[in-house]
Amino acid sequence: MKGLVRAEFRRLFKRRVTRLMLGLLVLALGTIITAFSLASHKIGPSELAAAETKAQSAYETQLRYHEQGVAECEAAKARGENVNEQYPPDCGREFGPQREQFDAEWFLPYEFNFHDEFGIFISVFAGIVALAAYIIGASFVGAEWHSGGMMNLLLWRPKRLSVLFTKLGVLLTSVLGVSLALGTLWTIALWLIGKFDGQTGKMTQGTWESFAISGARGIGLVLAVAAIAYGLASVGRHTAMALGVAIGAGVISEIGLRIALDIAGVKFADRYYLSTYAMAWFEKKWTLEDWNACNFSISGECKPDVFVVTWQQSALVFGLGTAVVLIAATWLMRRRDVT
Amino acid sequence: MVCAMVAVLEIEGLRKTYRSRRRGERRALDGFDMVVEAGQVHGFLGPNGSGKTTTLRTLLGLIRPNGGRMAILGQEVPANLPAVVGKVGAIVESPQFFPHFSAQDTLSLLADAGNLSQQRVPEVLEVVGLRDRAKERVKTYSLGMKQRLAVASALLKNPQLLILDEPANGLDPGGIREMRDLMRDLSASGMTVLLSSHILGEVQQICDSVTIISLGRRVAAGPVAEVLAQHSSGGLRVRLESSADLPAAAQVLVASGVRVDIQPDHLLVSGVDKPSSVTRMLAGRDLYVSELAPITVDLESVFLELTGTAPVAGQHRQVDQSAEVPA
Repeated sequence: MKGLVRAEFRRLFKRRVTRLMLGLLVLALGTIITAFSLASHKIGPSELAAAETKAQSAYETQLRYHEQGVAECEAAKARGENVNEQYPPDCGREFGPQREQFDAEWFLPYEFNFHDEFGIFISVFAGIVALAAYIIGASFVGAEWHSGGMMNLLLWRPKRLSVLFTKLGVLLTSVLGVSLALGTLWTIALWLIGKFDGQTGKMTQGTWESFAISGARGIGLVLAVAAIAYGLASVGRHTAMALGVAIGAGVISEIGLRIALDIAGVKFADRYYLSTYAMAWFEKKWTLEDWNACNFSISGECKPDVFVVTWQQSALVFGLGTAVVLIAATWLMRRRDVT
Repeated sequence: MVCAMVAVLEIEGLRKTYRSRRRGERRALDGFDMVVEAGQVHGFLGPNGSGKTTTLRTLLGLIRPNGGRMAILGQEVPANLPAVVGKVGAIVESPQFFPHFSAQDTLSLLADAGNLSQQRVPEVLEVVGLRDRAKERVKTYSLGMKQRLAVASALLKNPQLLILDEPANGLDPGGIREMRDLMRDLSASGMTVLLSSHILGEVQQICDSVTIISLGRRVAAGPVAEVLAQHSSGGLRVRLESSADLPAAAQVLVASGVRVDIQPDHLLVSGVDKPSSVTRMLAGRDLYVSELAPITVDLESVFLELTGTAPVAGQHRQVDQSAEVPA
């Protein structure tokens, strides 16, 4: 068994698709880090002073336009023209801009806040890594079946389920390792952006724990996605099977179903879309609102009906999906004739 | 003294039926039997679609049989296949490898998967003549080179039983000869070789025994010489000093009760117990024989006869059209 594990690790990292996807993954994550590093600026006294100057300048510009407008209105009035349609009463003299309306904060550059924004970046990271994991997972077994490599391997290792699950184990271990390594670098890079080009915010142990749990959920989704891709490509004995199902599921769930349920006027139709469960998974819960319903509160306010999708429900949906695909792959691996 | 031969491979009553909703049922193997004895080069012959590859795939655990019994090196398969697979090297049908890996990588990964020493990789590459091209990607290889790589992968385990499905496919004439010599050497070293091939001349030259399959059943089996003898007509080719004497000679022989077929420059005589009687009878009538030779059959003609696949002028034989043999 050790030999097979070693061979499969070597095979996975020798494959062009794996190397290409890892390269693209690092490139994509690196581009995001670089872009945010360039976009974020630490706010200090000089930036605040500059923003204050810009706010004052904007106020003065608007004041000048206003005074110019009032003057034109007065002049028109003096010529005996009817200005009531064009200008407010008293030529709008009392509607002039106020200095406090020009907040200096609007003129500050973007400043990354690690504490407030890292949660979103965990989702972005998980999404990008999941895409790469899907393609690598599908190709790892799909291309092997399609090229005849799997048949060759079965001539050496006739215990089919052992081969199927060793390859899956190698894939998931590798995806986990890469996710942890890149996730650590991702966290460090964003924290450094916060430290030197923005704010880290008030980081407590609780905040770090919350990020760790979000990160674990993100990696969990990445692993599920890799396993589904592997299972689908194994069922179809071709990488295209997994890619086709992904596109098909996307089209059916996010476009076809959306149109059909919209026409049918189904309440809380979003609960039938996979993306809702992905959001709930990352955000812990996702609240759907039905604005056609009006529930009066004590204060007489109109409140919509709500439907909450929890991360536990998401876990059930994605877990069941992964289980069904892997059971199908296992059953076919046991039963099918390799021709 | 009678030597008890040890069967390395035994197949009895093997059945496999493919079921398809659209095409219905097709019996690929219909009670097929085969025995390969130790140390032999055994030819496995049959027309396209006769069940050769299905047999080999079933033997190697790639296809599930519907019935019958199989044993390799005394172990029942597929139940005990994991126990014997390390002693069986095989290539099945056309060589298939991941195209973006080199031959070196392909064999090295197989060696790891089989817990073999990496030392074997350069050894087998040398044997099949791929040493200098070992680091090139398989997708750049010709069919013949892929075939050599397939043979190398089968030899990697240093197996006791080597199963080769069409190993000469795509090889150049030199390669075919090398393959023939390789099989002779392997057999001489004690390895048993099961060779499926359509190059019947090759099979006749290098195989000790053969099994012929048609429509999923065995139609002939045994040592090559015995199979040829069983299907030899026992006929003679008779030439005379003068071709003008052929009609007279034919008359003499027909009168003695043998069958004669007159050809432009010789006679084909059958039904003769002793060839010397032909010479004697004709010499008694002053007709002198210049050549008297037994008509030999080759494996190709036996194969075509047994499988009913000889071409017929004006007809286009379809793939599954072969001779029916009784169960």
